[in-house]
Amino acid sequence: MTAPETLLQVEDLRVSFATEEGVVRAVDGITFTVQAGEVLAIVGESGSGKSVSVMTLMGLTRGQNARFEGKAMFDGRDLIAASDAELRKVRGAAIAMVFQDPMSSLDPVYRIGAQIIEQIRVHEPKVSKAQALDRAVDLMERVGIPRARDRVRSYPHEFSGGMRQRVMIAMALANSPKLLIADEPTTALAVPIQAQILDELRRLRDQTGAGIILVTHDLGVVADIADRIAVMYAGRIVEQGTLEDLFYDPQHPYTWGLLGSITRVDRNRAGKLPAIPGQPPSLLAPPEGCHFRPRCPHAFDRCTELPELVSRLPEAPEHPDRCWLEPERKRTLRQVGDQIGLATGETVIS
Amino acid sequence: MARFVIRRLLAAVGVLIAISVVTFLIFQAIPNGDPAQRIGGRTANAAELALIRHEWGFDKPIYVQYIKTMGKILSGTVVSYSQNLNVLDQIRQGLPATLSLAIGAGIIWLGLGILFGVITAVRAGRFADRALTVLAFIGVSSPPFFLGALAIYYVGYKANIIPLGGYSSLSHPWSWFKHLIAPWLVLSVLFIGIYSRVLRSTILDIQHEDYVRTARAKGLSERQVMVRHILRNSLIPIISLWGLDFAQVIGGGAILTESVFNLHGVGQFAAQSIQRLDVPPVLVITMLTAFFVVLLGALVDVIYAFLDPRIRLSG
Repeated sequence: MTAPETLLQVEDLRVSFATEEGVVRAVDGITFTVQAGEVLAIVGESGSGKSVSVMTLMGLTRGQNARFEGKAMFDGRDLIAASDAELRKVRGAAIAMVFQDPMSSLDPVYRIGAQIIEQIRVHEPKVSKAQALDRAVDLMERVGIPRARDRVRSYPHEFSGGMRQRVMIAMALANSPKLLIADEPTTALAVPIQAQILDELRRLRDQTGAGIILVTHDLGVVADIADRIAVMYAGRIVEQGTLEDLFYDPQHPYTWGLLGSITRVDRNRAGKLPAIPGQPPSLLAPPEGCHFRPRCPHAFDRCTELPELVSRLPEAPEHPDRCWLEPERKRTLRQVGDQIGLATGETVIS
Repeated sequence: MARFVIRRLLAAVGVLIAISVVTFLIFQAIPNGDPAQRIGGRTANAAELALIRHEWGFDKPIYVQYIKTMGKILSGTVVSYSQNLNVLDQIRQGLPATLSLAIGAGIIWLGLGILFGVITAVRAGRFADRALTVLAFIGVSSPPFFLGALAIYYVGYKANIIPLGGYSSLSHPWSWFKHLIAPWLVLSVLFIGIYSRVLRSTILDIQHEDYVRTARAKGLSERQVMVRHILRNSLIPIISLWGLDFAQVIGGGAILTESVFNLHGVGQFAAQSIQRLDVPPVLVITMLTAFFVVLLGALVDVIYAFLDPRIRLSG
């Protein structure tokens, strides 16, 4: 094993949009890295800024009203500062993206094959159409589409949601990306299909050694596939760590809440699903200090001051969080509260 | 496909029968519409009128008159009341002018409508969009007789660049072009205004589709995204508008433009026939227009199925 190569290094990325009501700070200083062959999951509720973050890496949030700060180094190039023309060469080539809704993410008027061929030839114009077609068939077979040779001639509406998402993945793989960004790739799919798509992603990571950023709100998906997790809340990363860190020793009360709201089949009767009370804050005027403070049952006076994203655990320097509570106190609180039954093995009863 | 053609043909026959009955009945109901009076002229006495009625069959029940007239239309022997000339011959004489007008204008308004639609959508909210939007509203609200009169006076009479009206056969292409360029533009202005507005709003909708984001994420240039993905999907409503409008104009619907420029086309013939309450030509022209609308409607459906694979031809 060689030392893992850092593919992407995002440093203090900030994205804000000027709207009629004011400036929305969608992403408020996030820092993370992705290594080759690793799956980083970015987890959070809708509106936490996770999709905006990854779309910004691809330049898909650029517009008249958008402002960007920070860096995202990829392949010796800053994706945030790169020109549109430079970014176009990266998009769909070194970095590819799979979107949430496969039903609407393919152009309805072109055949599946034509859409994959378009992806191949936009970055490799010298490839002939016939060669590109052969490659499209190979790609479709690789992602588990049966009878690919015939089905390149199908239109998207002739495919099921799961099959369309496979097409999206095939398209994303067309130019052997080093980094694959999957934005809620399974959210719109039925549960058995979700598992298949995740298998597909895992297999591809193993085969190609690409890094994967998986954006999701579904911790079940995360447990299945992620190596490391970044939890986002209201535009900030509130906790980051390995899968084990997050699931067995979560540090931030927001993470506790997320973990507490997973549906579990290994409990005989879960009763009412615990939910985090309250609403995420408006990103127009977020609360001072910790953004989770208004919803946090454990907030105290220091929480009006913004906690840095640093590790407060001497034994786990790679497991930073943004919470002022002492680690010992957190452990006690977690034992007491039943919001997080997972770490303690308690049953949630309502 | 065969099923589609047969269904459409049956529909066409149905539409033609319905529209001819309605047209025929309307002229029965119009006051002062007695054809015998028009044929006999102001000096005809009661005996002469009775003779005319008998000779032309106006004394028969309405349904008999209708069937006889339709029979004459189908056999090509129908004559106009006012001039006693074969109606089909007269329409045939008008067709070259009308076809020239329709085809030329149809190409111009489709092309410029798409061009301005794309420009205004891409530059939405900026100067080019606002300027063209104002122009579009001026275009939509300028009637052809006004624009036509302006063109004839300034470009024709004052500047002497175009002729003052009339039609010149295609056998002299340059003269043909000079006679038609002003009518083409005048007729197109209204449609360009409408089409560019419709296309603009369609493009602005389609721009936010997920598959457009996918296209950008693939690394396509903005131009490729626009032409291959946005425009291709936005053209669908424009094509159906175009089919119906084009059919109208080909069927003699450009009455104002043809009359202002004195093109002697089918539309101008229709206008004159209506003035004279001359039933046979009006009936034939109405049916002709309806026929073209049905035909182009079917053609548009075929183009639709080609543009959007989700649509199947089922008639």
